[in-house]
Amino acid sequence: MAIQIDLDKCTGCGNCVPACPFGLLEIVEEKVRLKEGCTLCGACQEACDYEAIIVEAVEPSSVSDSYQGVWVFAEQRDGRLKSVAYELLSKGRELADTLGTELCAVCFGHGISEVKQLIAYGADKVYLVDDPALAQSQEDLYTGQLVELIEKHKPEIVLAGATSLGRSFIPRVAAILRTGLTADCTGLEIDLAGRLLLQTRPTFGGNIMATIVCQTKRPQMSTVRPRVFKKNVPDKSRKGQIIKVDLDRERTTSRTKLLSFVEDITEMVKLEDADIIVSGGRGLGKAENFQLLQELATVMGAALGSSRPPVDEGWISYSHQIGQTGKTVCPRLYIACGISGAVQHLAGMQTSDIIVAINDDPNAPIFDVVTYGIVGDLFKVVPLLIEKLKGDLA
Amino acid sequence: MNIVVCIKQVPGTTKVKIDPQTNTLVREGIENIVNPFDTYALEEGVRIKERCGGEVTTISMGPPQAEEMLREAIAVGADQAILLSDTAFAGADTLATSYTLARAIEKLGQPDLIICGRQTLDGDTGQVGPEMAEMLGLPFVAYVSKIEDIDRGYMRLQRMIEEGHEVIEVPLPAVLTVVKEINTPRLPSLRGLARSKSAVIPIWTAQELGVDKNMVGLSGSATRVINIFFPQRVHRGEILQGELESRVESLIDKLREAKII
Amino acid sequence: MEYFLTEQQKTIKRLARRIAEERILPVRAELDEKEEFPWVVMKDLADSDMFRVFIPEDYGGLGGGCLELCLVVEELSRVCSGVAVSYAASALGTFPLLEYGTEEQKRKYLPDIASGKRLAAFALTEATAGSDASAIKTAAERAPGGYMLNGTKQFITNGGEAEIYTVIALTAKERGARGASAFLVEKGTPGFSFGRKEKKMGIRASSTRELIFRDCLVPEENIIGREGVGFIMTMRLLDRSRPGVGAQAVGLAQGALEAAVDYARTRVQFGHPIISIQAVQHMLANMATEVEAARLLVYAAAKTIDSGAKNFTEEAAMAKVFASDTAMRVTTDAVQIFGGVGYMRDYPVEKMMRDAKITQIYEGSNQVLRDAIAFELRKRKARRE
Repeated sequence: MAIQIDLDKCTGCGNCVPACPFGLLEIVEEKVRLKEGCTLCGACQEACDYEAIIVEAVEPSSVSDSYQGVWVFAEQRDGRLKSVAYELLSKGRELADTLGTELCAVCFGHGISEVKQLIAYGADKVYLVDDPALAQSQEDLYTGQLVELIEKHKPEIVLAGATSLGRSFIPRVAAILRTGLTADCTGLEIDLAGRLLLQTRPTFGGNIMATIVCQTKRPQMSTVRPRVFKKNVPDKSRKGQIIKVDLDRERTTSRTKLLSFVEDITEMVKLEDADIIVSGGRGLGKAENFQLLQELATVMGAALGSSRPPVDEGWISYSHQIGQTGKTVCPRLYIACGISGAVQHLAGMQTSDIIVAINDDPNAPIFDVVTYGIVGDLFKVVPLLIEKLKGDLA
Repeated sequence: MNIVVCIKQVPGTTKVKIDPQTNTLVREGIENIVNPFDTYALEEGVRIKERCGGEVTTISMGPPQAEEMLREAIAVGADQAILLSDTAFAGADTLATSYTLARAIEKLGQPDLIICGRQTLDGDTGQVGPEMAEMLGLPFVAYVSKIEDIDRGYMRLQRMIEEGHEVIEVPLPAVLTVVKEINTPRLPSLRGLARSKSAVIPIWTAQELGVDKNMVGLSGSATRVINIFFPQRVHRGEILQGELESRVESLIDKLREAKII
Repeated sequence: MEYFLTEQQKTIKRLARRIAEERILPVRAELDEKEEFPWVVMKDLADSDMFRVFIPEDYGGLGGGCLELCLVVEELSRVCSGVAVSYAASALGTFPLLEYGTEEQKRKYLPDIASGKRLAAFALTEATAGSDASAIKTAAERAPGGYMLNGTKQFITNGGEAEIYTVIALTAKERGARGASAFLVEKGTPGFSFGRKEKKMGIRASSTRELIFRDCLVPEENIIGREGVGFIMTMRLLDRSRPGVGAQAVGLAQGALEAAVDYARTRVQFGHPIISIQAVQHMLANMATEVEAARLLVYAAAKTIDSGAKNFTEEAAMAKVFASDTAMRVTTDAVQIFGGVGYMRDYPVEKMMRDAKITQIYEGSNQVLRDAIAFELRKRKARRE
């Protein structure tokens, strides 16, 4: 193992113990002891004032330079490209420019419209595999086909959206190629010295950020959640190649069979699992006004919540109620609209990471717990918010 | 049916607090638990066993204290449990973990079904299930929310995607990852707890598994953590000022900075 | 405090707490509001083998005794007394079979009770007979094939939900104390019906109903024990189950105490949490001390019974009286500490206060039990002279 502890230098001060994110250090009889599971992250070395812990520096080892190029798997459904494809191309363009290499999009499906948009968003080449067999996002076929393309063209970086499709089949590609995959990256940078992709992602539910590299294996693969990176403005004048590739039918057959698809129109996002909740209170005035909040929720991919008074009035069903006698939630973002902030409601949401409140009463108790507050008429603020968010997504 | 369920021991809370003065982790009172998503996998395995007959074996790759969690698995219906533990396995990324688990599953013989939870609380990657499936050469379905039928070597199931759910038919043996919606895990029974207390849980080391030491643990990992840091906490209590339009824009900017939108 | 429980007892207590916190806590307010019988929780208890705790191994049980039963009841009651009493009443309804049943009767009924498939209930009380048990009027006349039951039982816990009822009825009215017998009557027997469900102050999740017998023919083999032992059987059985009521009260008081401490730590008035006020601190200190004393008395009574003691009337009565009075005091004080919000149904303590009252009344009112304790004292003194 490449971590060395010098017990002579160790004074048993214990500063390293809380620094280890994995809780692997303990002081036993006034000296430090390391448990199993060390990932060489180096946090303990930083915390030690006595240089008693040395973590060997990561050596840039020789990687074949025959791997070149940044690829983005451009996901589509029912012939329409998903926004995450454009978001990743925008980021991919930046990475490709830093590396001085080309950016390619890889697209599988059938009857995909607007493939040229991929070039407008930055791709120099698009590898397009258009086949009826791929119309249903058949994962066995997607896996085999992507592996084939990667083995043929050897990109150094492959990015894909961390969608249910991406998180299903991209790991299979990585396993076949025996290369490293980092999921749900929120940051991607290039370390030019080692020509390495620095992949930053949240762990422990977002409480700790880790930067990860895939040193020797290629391609370096990452999945990225939708809406993490911003889309550029598309440049219709950009030139690029669309390369049609035939589906390699010999390589793989599809073992699973799609029998049917049922669209979910009821509860789009479950309240307890939602990352973002838009919530309404008495200030909404009447049942119909929840539609306004639902619109905001849809734009943000959020769940819809409520304080108690609207539920009591029958404006919304009990399953949306948050508070002492409703659900307790802890989303990353909680937007309270027209909610005064009574103790009973706060009990159900006050541990949210970021709390935003919109209320026309500057003395409403909710403003005591907000991260950001807007004192104003929610019927003016919310439509404005919707308009601006929609504008960014378009 | 021979069913294998892969489970992992994780820290009991992700709400690791930061000491504002030293900017280090506050770790008291954090005990280890079984990864919550894995409890759904285990419950589904036990339910299938109760329906179709067979045996549920649960395996975990982890340090010696993970044995406690494997005992709990027996208390809720697993027939046997095996711990894969060796200093050689430590520091593994998902690739090395998947390899190790796959070798263990091969050693167990050819199970009919392998079930995992959709992701872990600490790693959150959801990669071990699919990577393991590929190493075993088995069909794979993620985000399974309901098993409708098992008949003549085929399984018909529902799985969730963003837009709704798909009904899929997959031949067995196969690897599945399941979501919370699939069931409500049972609590242990007193007889189960008695069984788990007296159960013998074998520990398989690298040598017993016959793995290539370069494919496991830190050596077998393709990725490595080179830095960890604590994200900047957002400051509390700002009432935005100015014209309405600029306040809304300012809010959006701040939310974007926090990577929420 | 160290209770010197065995490993098995600790396992049972821990599992009961988990069930209470994971399965009962989320639904207790709704069960109370809707006065719904907690069938889903009964199933969870059954799946976890909790009904096996008070049944011998020969009949599918785990062979536990009074203390094991008390541990479960206490943990369930800490979260919801209504659910706890539904479980405990099934145990009470099973005791006659356990103590006096024939081998055939045990084999026929105990396995289903142990698996939680069927619940039991005990039926003594009538409109004319509460504390004065001997004033019952329900009669069981000899008839071809068995006994014909006629009469009405009142306020029977698990009435309507249970399938197996032990009913105390008069077989020989003129014989007074030796005039009653115990019968096993199954739900669905012709002539056996139920009255409406009572609307109660508390323990509203529990079903309390009248049992109506109109020419209900009970087969010969369903008499428990011999004719005439009904009242003696009843007295002994109630002694045996009293620590369970005590456990119910202790659990309830514990839940109220914990809620009060949590609230006092977070409620800020005059710039400080109210737990920093000495008046509140003293209330909490008294509450905590009394709950602990009640618990120890209940455990001691239960262990005395489990040790095979012949006579445990006094211990059982003391445990029940002290624990139930404690529960009433502690839950009332808890509401007081919560203040205005404690009076609101959004918060759990008003329910706890409503739940506590009945523990002072049923299974021997505390007044009657004080008589019994005094009687034991006199008896002992008299023997020494």
